[in-house]
Amino acid sequence: MSEIQAEVKKICQTCGNDRAKMMDIVRAVQQKFGQVSSEAMNLIAKCVGCHRVEVESVVSFYAFLSKKPKGKVVIRLCNDVVDKMAGVDAIAEAFKKELGIDFGRTTPDGKISLEYTPCIGMCDQAPAAIINDEVITYLSTDKVKEIVADIKKHYDPSKLKHRLGDGNNADELVHSCVHNGLRKKGQVIFADYKSEAGLKNALAVSPVEVINVVKTARLRGRGGAGFPTGIKWQFTRAAAGEKKYILCNGDEGEPGTFKDRVILTERADMLFEGMTIAGYAIGAENGILYLRGEYNYLRKLLEKILQNRRDKNLLGKNILGKQGFNFDITIQVGAGAYICGEETALISSCEGLRGDPKTRPPFPAQKGYLECPTAVNNVETLCCVTRILEMGAAWFAESGSKGSPGTKLLSVSGDCKLPGVYELPFGVKVKDLLKDVGAQDAQAVLIGGPSGQIIGQNDYNRTICYDDLATGGAVVVFGPERNMIDIAAQYMEFFVEESCGYCTPCRVGNVLLKKYLDKILAGKGEPEDLDILQKLGESIKLTSRCGMGQTSPNPVLTTLKNFRKNYESKVKKVSDGMQPTFDIRAALADGEAIAKRKSVIFTK
Amino acid sequence: MAKPKIATTSLAGCFGCHMSLLDIDERILKLIELVDFDKSPVDDIKEFTGRCAVGLIEGGCANEDNVHVLQEFRKHCDILVAVGDCAIMGDIPAMRNNIPLKECLDEAYLNGPSTYNPEKIIPNDKELPLCLNRVYPCHEVVKIDYSLPGCPPNADILWQALVALLTNKPLELPYELIKYD
Repeated sequence: MSEIQAEVKKICQTCGNDRAKMMDIVRAVQQKFGQVSSEAMNLIAKCVGCHRVEVESVVSFYAFLSKKPKGKVVIRLCNDVVDKMAGVDAIAEAFKKELGIDFGRTTPDGKISLEYTPCIGMCDQAPAAIINDEVITYLSTDKVKEIVADIKKHYDPSKLKHRLGDGNNADELVHSCVHNGLRKKGQVIFADYKSEAGLKNALAVSPVEVINVVKTARLRGRGGAGFPTGIKWQFTRAAAGEKKYILCNGDEGEPGTFKDRVILTERADMLFEGMTIAGYAIGAENGILYLRGEYNYLRKLLEKILQNRRDKNLLGKNILGKQGFNFDITIQVGAGAYICGEETALISSCEGLRGDPKTRPPFPAQKGYLECPTAVNNVETLCCVTRILEMGAAWFAESGSKGSPGTKLLSVSGDCKLPGVYELPFGVKVKDLLKDVGAQDAQAVLIGGPSGQIIGQNDYNRTICYDDLATGGAVVVFGPERNMIDIAAQYMEFFVEESCGYCTPCRVGNVLLKKYLDKILAGKGEPEDLDILQKLGESIKLTSRCGMGQTSPNPVLTTLKNFRKNYESKVKKVSDGMQPTFDIRAALADGEAIAKRKSVIFTK
Repeated sequence: MAKPKIATTSLAGCFGCHMSLLDIDERILKLIELVDFDKSPVDDIKEFTGRCAVGLIEGGCANEDNVHVLQEFRKHCDILVAVGDCAIMGDIPAMRNNIPLKECLDEAYLNGPSTYNPEKIIPNDKELPLCLNRVYPCHEVVKIDYSLPGCPPNADILWQALVALLTNKPLELPYELIKYD
């Protein structure tokens, strides 16, 4: 048996030859061999008993997996909008120069690959990159030189020398230079709390009563959509099915969001306690934390905390002496796909499939993970649950604003003096937030990431809450010098990259939106292009299959609304009926070169 | 009052759309009552003689002459209609768009399995229009006012659209006429 045969067999066996563990299998193979080759795919298919195409569809879907060989070291430089604002282009040039290769390439010796990656959740310490699993923040051109020289010595990113971050980032299991950047602690998530008090209170009452407490607290989902958590649990509990699941959405991929990173680093116990309470409430014995691949550097720490909880009977059988309450949590690591933050795509990914969203209904509460009733909750939501059960529903419901009780973690980045995570009560005015972060001169603020809205100064008196400006946590500030059309175009580029391709409005529509923005940016836009952008954007929102396409036109639509003048000053009427974007010289260049003669029709 | 004029052309198309126009059968007599034909393969007028109300374009732009003709149509016609899928989105001719032009020519004239070309000549007379790097749908070259889908759009669609345009009446296209599956 060849090495690859033996290894792949071993990996599949470790995962119980379970088709649903496909993500773990292909991730392990990728890590071992730097690729998931054709041969490996055939072997995996044979071991888990599925078609080879099912393996390949997974491998081809996720950015961190590849059929072609990648270097032993893969440098993924984050090219998010915020990183670009922080000068990532110079960093990119430095990497290219030091490695002698372009992006998307591997060095001739096959040892180092260089790639771009969208937001890795480090916007407050941009520019940043992930090198295998190591996150490197605050990159500079000098630092690039050092890193490349260092890596060429040992080709082991875990040996890279760097200063350690604060808190658990300095833990030997994390050993990361990431800083928490926690600027403001609020009274829910980052206040001092009595650990396991919430869980004990929950286990003292019936599951239905726990759900009632969460309902009375009027807790709404922190991922951005704001669905009432208690109602979601009630549906899941009531749904027919013996096995139920609680899934925690730790895929935090919305560009500009990094608040879950801090929770997972500093409040993992609170999260796991919340998941356990949720499991008790809905009648689940299994919970899965879906951890985005970019946060894999936290995995060992999280595993240790889970093990501690098992040792203390906070997980496992008859938890804290509660007869018949069995619950445990596993971690599913993703592999670089924004769409997996969408709850049905996240379920697909946990099932070992491509991260394709599923058709709704049935909703996950009825048929979710492996067709079982499933509640999918945000990391922050589950932490709120712990605190609600500790302090009581009334305590929670009193804080924040009327329709949005509690606090919200906001991850602020961009053109501001104090980027980082702020825990603020719901209902905070944008104006006041900007004052806190040192960005009073902001031209625009992106609330809720690119799928949220870009607002201008006229809206700074509005408040952050579900009834006004809803957000999953991302707040990106744009200073007076930024070109907002260009920013919108960059966000559209992101959506074009991340569309799963299943439905046409999202797959094609976003490309067209980007094309029209580029046309306008090139000075070739016409007034009617603005109407086209508007109509096209609305159509995409109306007809897309999942939340991604239903929100992806927002950077365009909200800048069209709030920065209309910027667009209008860029477009001009064309009166000769010709398309200004058609370039006859470029179109003829190849033909003239091949025929070795110049056009006699188009001489200019 | 003089009759309005229409012009038609086939660019990178197969003339199928023009054939479909002829399929209006005896209604062609009514058409002649409604309009005069200017530049068109129907009457073989090669150059525009004046302003036209409607220009019908079949096919996309595969070479420089296509671009030139299309631009002339835009200059001379009040309303331009992209007729058929090639004009609207390039269609079959645009299947070459993902292959570099040189490779296309080599495959067609040198390497194709049924090619007999012992002297290895790729046609390059100076009378031959130069190929474009790819095939462009008409709306990428000039402004297009209307599109009539189909391969080809059937005679009834063409008839209804022309009559509506020329008589300034609302266009009625029943679902059955524009359903292609």
